[in-house]
Amino acid sequence: MARPALTGSRIRRYRIDRGIKQAELARQCDISPSYLNLIEHNRRKIGGALLNSVAAALEVDTATLSEGAGAAITGALEVAAGSFAASGREIERSEDFAGRFPGWAQLVVEQQARVSELERLVETLNDRLTHDPFLSASLHNVLSTVTAIRSTSGILATGEDIEAEWQARFHRNLYEDSQRLAESTEALVGYLDAGGDADRTLSLPQDEMEAWLSDHDWRIEAYEEGRDMEVDVVIAEVGTALTSSAARSLAARFLERYRADVMALPGADLEAAVLAGERDPMRLAARFSIDLPRAMRRMATLPGRFFKGGLPPGLVICDGSGTLTFRKPVRGFDPPRFGASCAVWPLFQALHRPLTPVSSELSLVGQDDVRFKTWSLATSEYVAGFDKPPVVESTMLLMPVLAQVGAESPPYQVGTSCRVCAIKGCPARREPSILMQSDVASSGGSGLGAM
Amino acid sequence: MGGTVLLIEDEPNIIEAIRFILSRDGWRVDTHSDGLTAVDAVRARRPDLIVLDVMLPNRSGYDILNDLRADAEFKELPVLMLTARGQKKDRELAEKLGASRFMTKPFSNGEVLETVRALVGQ
Repeated sequence: MARPALTGSRIRRYRIDRGIKQAELARQCDISPSYLNLIEHNRRKIGGALLNSVAAALEVDTATLSEGAGAAITGALEVAAGSFAASGREIERSEDFAGRFPGWAQLVVEQQARVSELERLVETLNDRLTHDPFLSASLHNVLSTVTAIRSTSGILATGEDIEAEWQARFHRNLYEDSQRLAESTEALVGYLDAGGDADRTLSLPQDEMEAWLSDHDWRIEAYEEGRDMEVDVVIAEVGTALTSSAARSLAARFLERYRADVMALPGADLEAAVLAGERDPMRLAARFSIDLPRAMRRMATLPGRFFKGGLPPGLVICDGSGTLTFRKPVRGFDPPRFGASCAVWPLFQALHRPLTPVSSELSLVGQDDVRFKTWSLATSEYVAGFDKPPVVESTMLLMPVLAQVGAESPPYQVGTSCRVCAIKGCPARREPSILMQSDVASSGGSGLGAM
Repeated sequence: MGGTVLLIEDEPNIIEAIRFILSRDGWRVDTHSDGLTAVDAVRARRPDLIVLDVMLPNRSGYDILNDLRADAEFKELPVLMLTARGQKKDRELAEKLGASRFMTKPFSNGEVLETVRALVGQ
């Protein structure tokens, strides 16, 4: 495993990194070396004052030892490392790096995000140059006109005598062509200027919409408060951050559905039910006579204070091709932005068994301290009519469950995306992981226990 | 000199300029502007050389060149291709299809004259 997820393992790794002997650390903390050894092998719990003094002796934050550096930032660092083929990185120490230099780690992550963004921009611009019919037609226009002007003026400039009739003709042609050139360059400049403005919209529409929803805590307060408003009005009121028309149109679709969801299960009823202890979407659906995906979507709008541990649930929706169409992350579970996700998510199990609810508890590989209870259901709707392809959609709700320290691994481990997943011997692996290049060929092993 | 050139190009002012410089050099210049009927025009006129634009209405210059080269009679006919795109792949395609020369717009009058003379002198 690339990232030891338990406190004892972290203590051991920091101690070895710093070249401190076990006996020496034990002495500094007033415990016996054998007791420290048990702690380091996760066979004794550690907390409170002792953890503080171990942290002080190792010169790290207590939180870094107990929680590890944020799994999100560690994951992001690993993605950054995986994007460049160069050698010499110390992937197994990314958590250490993030713990010791949080600012620098953040910089690496932000730079990686910027690099991906710019790469996409270059691709888009490249596509535009190569395939844009308007650009290619106007450049062709400009070049043709310039050719005519060059040729015609070349004839006039030789100084040889040219019949008056021809001279007049060439002068007229030159005049016409210069007019045309002026018009086509103007059009071209106008187009390229607009292209410059379009840069802002080059992040994917879905990213833009999700960033907007994230800023609003994934809730539309107006609807929750019982004000029934047209979607356009809501966008005009709170959606000004949506700059591209594609993102606005995605948001409009999201809001239409949100509005219908609230109509079926109003905010006040939902809050009362959840506060009364109803946290199972299936029972919520039955109680309010709504379908299960709708109950899941409604629960995912509630803030963290409605749940034990204060963490709001996450929600992931995919279409029939497995493409994620909605990604509300939850601490410890951040669906991938680019590239395909982990094939063993319950979301996809449900996708292959439409109308069969799938419920399971899982943890993300490398993060034994956060587990999730998940509910998934896929539906198919024949909106286009008989004998037409159905619109399939699978929905998964994830509720964080705080695991007890030292509890055994849940039966079901998943990753986010193959590149950064350390599960060994995963039968559904698509590509080798950067975290375990050497183990790729090995078979069997942990993970994917009860599938 | 005194050979015949068929200029297949759709830009009237370019036609006028090229026709003028080639005529002054002693060539007889016929012109044709429609891609679709260009091959027929070549058959009818039987020129010593053709100047062929790539971007023509209704049919591309590449297709026309391909048809000409497939015909035993025009296998050796000198063809000067004109294009507004000087990209490597355009040049490669023209060469593969059997263009004798390839010229990128905007070209100079001198270049055109020189090339036409060289192609027929070959």
